[in-house]
Amino acid sequence: METEVVHTNFKSEEYFINMGPQHPATHGVLRLLLTIDGEIIKKVEPDLGYIHRSIEKMCERDSYQQIVHLTDRMDYLSANINNEAVCLAVENALQLEIPERVKVIRTIIGELTRISSHCLWWGVMGMDVGALTTYFYGFRDREMINDIMEETCGARLTMNYNVPGGLMLDIHPNFVKRVKDFIVHFKTKLPEYDRLLTGNVIFQKRTVGVGILSKEDAISFGASGPVGRASGYSCDVRKHHPYSAIDKVTFNEVLKTEGDTYARYLVRIQEMWESLSIVEQLIDNIPEGEHRVTTNAVIKLPKGEYFQKVETARGELGVYIISTGTKSPYRLKFRSPGFSNLSLLNHIAVGGKIGDLVATMATLDLVIPDIDR
Amino acid sequence: MSYFSDIYKGIKTLLTGMSVTGKYFLTSRKGAITQQYPDNRDTLKMFDRFRGEVIMPHDENNEHRCTGCQKCEIACPNGTIEIIWDRGIDEVTGKKKKKIDQFVYHLSMCTMCGLCIDVCPTDAIEWGQNFENSVYDRSALTRVLNKPGSKLMPGVED
Repeated sequence: METEVVHTNFKSEEYFINMGPQHPATHGVLRLLLTIDGEIIKKVEPDLGYIHRSIEKMCERDSYQQIVHLTDRMDYLSANINNEAVCLAVENALQLEIPERVKVIRTIIGELTRISSHCLWWGVMGMDVGALTTYFYGFRDREMINDIMEETCGARLTMNYNVPGGLMLDIHPNFVKRVKDFIVHFKTKLPEYDRLLTGNVIFQKRTVGVGILSKEDAISFGASGPVGRASGYSCDVRKHHPYSAIDKVTFNEVLKTEGDTYARYLVRIQEMWESLSIVEQLIDNIPEGEHRVTTNAVIKLPKGEYFQKVETARGELGVYIISTGTKSPYRLKFRSPGFSNLSLLNHIAVGGKIGDLVATMATLDLVIPDIDR
Repeated sequence: MSYFSDIYKGIKTLLTGMSVTGKYFLTSRKGAITQQYPDNRDTLKMFDRFRGEVIMPHDENNEHRCTGCQKCEIACPNGTIEIIWDRGIDEVTGKKKKKIDQFVYHLSMCTMCGLCIDVCPTDAIEWGQNFENSVYDRSALTRVLNKPGSKLMPGVED
């Protein structure tokens, strides 16, 4: 019988490593404190605050028109949807009747924003697991949406196109044509995404069965958006609490039950198809009418509390306003999807390898300014 | 057996992906979307709504449309606009009237939200399409938008 050799020169112990704040896979200034045994992750502790700009506090100073442009700078990849959330909250509080034209344009632009956000996510997702080509293909298609936004809204990323009461400007005459061109273009490109990355054997080995999140955990951690839906948790705000013109269109809520990294990937790819079909249904039927309802120059919300939630590309964004009847809110709280989705990272990454953590984080699709605000 | 079929499937998926990249490798000239930026400056035209910087158009008589109502200054979230104003005598009515002395615009603080242009009652300011704003000293980004010696266009009231 062999006796067990006890090494005294070598010992196994856990150690810390810092991932970030300047790491290309953290997509921003997120610092992760990893406790590691060999290459097995024992604990992940996110350290936030590197890009905190106190947006919520600034909202208490600003007028309601000015708040809208701050929300561009939270989740900058779904800037238009963030704008819409604040505008809807203010409009509901004022009980403004919004023209149908505004609702339809808002929905179209919101879905285009979602596609552009998912394009970027798909590019960096591939890059995180080692496929650099996807980055260029994702950005190529995103460029067309950026041009549409630039022509209509005036900016490519921080549009500030919505104002309480409607839209800042009417859509550009070329808007409809450009969007139709994009639909035709993107329908040929999306299958390429699948051929290039989805079926790839290396990609599947990296993602299938990695970072599994059960439905119960998704609910208890407050996961929303594609992260929740990949675990079978039906949480699409557009389905359950329709806003703008989303109740006029038919679309499927994409649900998967596996809850792993690959399922989250598939949900987002499928969501691009759904968004494309929503845009397609609406683009020919933009009603005529006003693009804006005139509001008072100084908007004062009646005293009370107001809540509005929308579905951004990352999940559920909630805007909670407490008004005391003055020109700025007494308190404005954003419930950002990224923060809740980050909170479950420790839960699903423990036990995996460092490489799995990168793949898992890529499908959580974190935008750090949205988490820190 | 599954060992070999796995290898076969793996190579097949890799080749499928390679066919996509190979297609673009062969047709890259046609589909290139990157712009040769500094070389195409003469032909590069930005969209007419593009938010580059705030400008104040003047007509041939060196007249602008700004009455100095300061609505843009109030609408601006960042204190980008500073209007230094004075009271002058209106030539037609002979009454005292507000007029701008200097319309100071701090481009370095501007977030391009467009609220000032949205709120302007006389369309005195609008977006310029210039985006090449790199300078050696940030004081060069503080601009006075009204030209020296310019005055209010007659007939513009807020």
